[in-house]
Amino acid sequence: MNANATNAPSTLSEWLVYWRIDLQLLVALLCCAALGLFVLYSASGQSSAVVINQSIRLGIGLFGMLLVAQIPPEWFRVAAPWVFGFGVFLLVLVVLLGDTAMGARRWLDLGIVRFQPSELMKLAAPLAVAAYFRDRSLPPNLRDVGIGALLIAVPVLLVADQPDLGTALLIAAAGGFALYFAGLRWRIILLLVIAAAAAAPALWFNMHDYQQERVLTFLNPARDPTGAGYHISQSKIAIGSGGVFGKGWLNGSQAHLNFLPESDTDFVFAVFAEETGLFGVMALLGLYCFIVARGLYIAMKSQDTFQRLAAGSLSLTFFIYVFVNIGMVAGLLPVVGVPLPLISYGGTSMVILLLSFGILMSIHTHRKLLAT
Amino acid sequence: MAADNAIKNHAAERSMFLLRTAVAGAVIAVLVGVLLFRVSYLQVLRHGYYETRSQDNRMRVQVMPPVRGLIYDRNGVILADNLPAYRLEIVPEQVEDLSATLDRLANIIEIRDADRDRFHERVAKTPRFRGVPIRLNLSQREVARFEVNRGDFPGVEIRAGLTRHYPLGAVAAHLVGYVGGITVQDLRRVDEKRYRGSNHIGKSGVEYSYESRLHGEPGSRVVETNASGRALRELEMNRPTAGESLYLTIDARLQKAAFDALGDQDGAVVAMDPNTGGLLALVSKPSYDPDLFVDGISHINYKRLITDPHKPLFNRALQGQYPPGSTVKPVMALAGLETDQIEADKQVWCPGFITLPGSNHRYRDWKRSGHGWVDMPEAIFRSSDVYFYKLGLKLGIDNIHRYGELFGLGARTGVDLPRENSGIMPSRAWKNGTRNQPWYPGETLNTIIGQGFMTTTPLQLAQMTSRIAGRGDGYKPHVLRAWKNPVDGSVTSSTPTPLRPIQLNDPAHWQVVIKGMEEVIGNPRGTAYHYVGQNLDYTIAGKSGSAQVTKLAQNEAAPDLEDVEHQFRDHALFVAFAPIENPEIAVAVLVEHGGGGSSVAGPVARQVIDAFRAQPPVLQASTGSGR
Repeated sequence: MNANATNAPSTLSEWLVYWRIDLQLLVALLCCAALGLFVLYSASGQSSAVVINQSIRLGIGLFGMLLVAQIPPEWFRVAAPWVFGFGVFLLVLVVLLGDTAMGARRWLDLGIVRFQPSELMKLAAPLAVAAYFRDRSLPPNLRDVGIGALLIAVPVLLVADQPDLGTALLIAAAGGFALYFAGLRWRIILLLVIAAAAAAPALWFNMHDYQQERVLTFLNPARDPTGAGYHISQSKIAIGSGGVFGKGWLNGSQAHLNFLPESDTDFVFAVFAEETGLFGVMALLGLYCFIVARGLYIAMKSQDTFQRLAAGSLSLTFFIYVFVNIGMVAGLLPVVGVPLPLISYGGTSMVILLLSFGILMSIHTHRKLLAT
Repeated sequence: MAADNAIKNHAAERSMFLLRTAVAGAVIAVLVGVLLFRVSYLQVLRHGYYETRSQDNRMRVQVMPPVRGLIYDRNGVILADNLPAYRLEIVPEQVEDLSATLDRLANIIEIRDADRDRFHERVAKTPRFRGVPIRLNLSQREVARFEVNRGDFPGVEIRAGLTRHYPLGAVAAHLVGYVGGITVQDLRRVDEKRYRGSNHIGKSGVEYSYESRLHGEPGSRVVETNASGRALRELEMNRPTAGESLYLTIDARLQKAAFDALGDQDGAVVAMDPNTGGLLALVSKPSYDPDLFVDGISHINYKRLITDPHKPLFNRALQGQYPPGSTVKPVMALAGLETDQIEADKQVWCPGFITLPGSNHRYRDWKRSGHGWVDMPEAIFRSSDVYFYKLGLKLGIDNIHRYGELFGLGARTGVDLPRENSGIMPSRAWKNGTRNQPWYPGETLNTIIGQGFMTTTPLQLAQMTSRIAGRGDGYKPHVLRAWKNPVDGSVTSSTPTPLRPIQLNDPAHWQVVIKGMEEVIGNPRGTAYHYVGQNLDYTIAGKSGSAQVTKLAQNEAAPDLEDVEHQFRDHALFVAFAPIENPEIAVAVLVEHGGGGSSVAGPVARQVIDAFRAQPPVLQASTGSGR
């Protein structure tokens, strides 16, 4: 692949190839993570403990990512149905005997660590769909679409039942993107959109009180400015008061004076926007777009249907994280618990995200030379 | 590997994937555009708005209430003081179970049900991070007891503040007045902005009338607060300006002497300096403890005060309207002299009564046997009613009204104390206006001896006396002598407001009536000789009065027999000034249902003047150096 392998600068690229690393993706992710550590330091009220914790998780995640990159993509395809099945089994376990925290049953106590099987599903579901369609003729016939939809619906419904609407949405999106790349007919997509709009009222009446509350608050944040609308009001104040240039790092009063709740987790974007302003936001969005674009590029370059669908859906899922989180914090979408990828404080979801980039790297670096 | 599946069309699949990726890319671009548009909207278009909101969030203006000015008497004795007070506050947000905390608190500090009720009411109206008082005015013991146990009560704090205290208590309650909690009605008469953060506002007496001087200007502190409202640092500070301290014309010792002299009787004493119009004492009895009102009077105490038949809250000295009785005779005598209706030495025959033509109603003298032949001074010192009936017939109501008015009877004096009443100086116009009736001659007879329709306040009588003492000169009654600027400590004295002098055609007429008043006390046949005129070491002139109480007020409950007697007993009045040549004090005394003016009210006046003579006021250096 590389003719200048013996030159001094190409030692690095050889080394990168040897370790199955996609440099562009790695640099973008590292930039994002480093930015995240700075923002977290500010958002947490200059807590070095938070930064150290997050760094450890980042380290674990990056190590996991590199580890995953070493595995040939074929293995994922083989493993996908099994992991998927195992995940569904765990979700059923959660329903039966999971730990309840804050009114939702999401955790499985494994003795040493508590584990959210729903996080695993964010990877397992799109991979399973991609694996299923690998050997089907595409665009898929109705029966295959039905089976694909079923593969998505089972974990989504189990997770939504916990209830964890945010994660259910992300799993649905991940699986749906795989279906989309598999060639789901536009007519069906259109029908689905119409059906979703029609089903909204039914969905509404099946929502939990707090979920309904969130939607109402989203529609009118002034409805209850000290209660449910408080998050959104305060995060809009944070973003808006940042202006074009921002208040400067460590100078965001909204977060530092505790007006902004959850400022280091789901609402960390508001802190970032307050302190870095519109320029910072554009830079961050640029970085995210680059990562998504790189993911899609990897998908296009991949040589196998499974890899293509997996890489494409994982990349688009990453974007959904970004869009849903920023949209929520900026008051465009209802409040759902979706973290800002690579920046929000939190372990499991970041590790899972980095593992998905490990899969992307694996796909990209295990290509056979004959393809080009 | 890809060739395993013959059904698959790899090229088609690939191009479809490319298309789908392009579509996805386009959708992503649109969504990123939406996000950017939204963020730009917030950060550029609405930046100003959110910037303000952010500042509002961050900065809180804390009002710092001013320290209320103190009130001193003319000698620097404190009449209204600020005392440190400790109150117990609970921050609801920091307390898990309010009721349980209150129960536990009640074990170490007395908390009554009323305190609890008031607390719960306030909690409902206050932001949860604000402290709400549960108990005011903790004793030192209670403060100490709480401090020992404070670890058990997170969210409960002791706050220090100032509260108002009146060292003289009931003695000067009507005069100094009191402060109390600020009501909506109170805010209507003041600038609401100045009262944010203030707990008290003047409700009566000097506290009410000089509210604007006493209150001071609030300061403010701009602090950066976090979301829970805790102040983190101070950004800006404007210190409050304390209210002005007031120095009154009142002499606390005289006030006390007058209060004691009245004893258990209901009544009023007003003592005035005729040379300035400054009030030296102003007492109304029965009285009350003004401290009760400062931090909210309890329901029971308030009910007790307002249902007391003796009406302790009523300021008899300037609100009570009583027939002045014979105390107005010197003024009427002057009217007779000045209008040439009579000469001073003219002897008039005074049997025990007179009748008017065409009627057999007897207008009786208080002395049934009459006084025989009397001239004017004697008519004054023996208080002959018939002499004045006859004079009244000559004068007519118009002259009587004119001279009464000249001496300020039946009109508000304009004293710098609230809620003064005017009394009535009747006239044809008044009767026509209020009753739509003509004036009857018999009413003239009642009026000239200070009965009938005529009513005056004790303050008016003090003013009348002081104008006689001043031989026509006089000053508007007032209690404010000076005020102290809290910033530079400078003291400004008030200037007495001279009243239009009463010019007599013949100034010698003053001497005639004053002579008569002197003999009231000095002549062995004078009405007050035995009660007031003994062991005098100064000259004094006075006049007694007994005002008939003709009927019970309609709405009063039927009293028992002994009370009926008391209720129908005459009001006793006495006015006096001393010394005669250079008068220093003029006094009016009223004893409700006291009986004889000379025997009951006279000694009170004497005691007050004695006390004044024994301890003449000293002018405090700091207040004397005015301007």
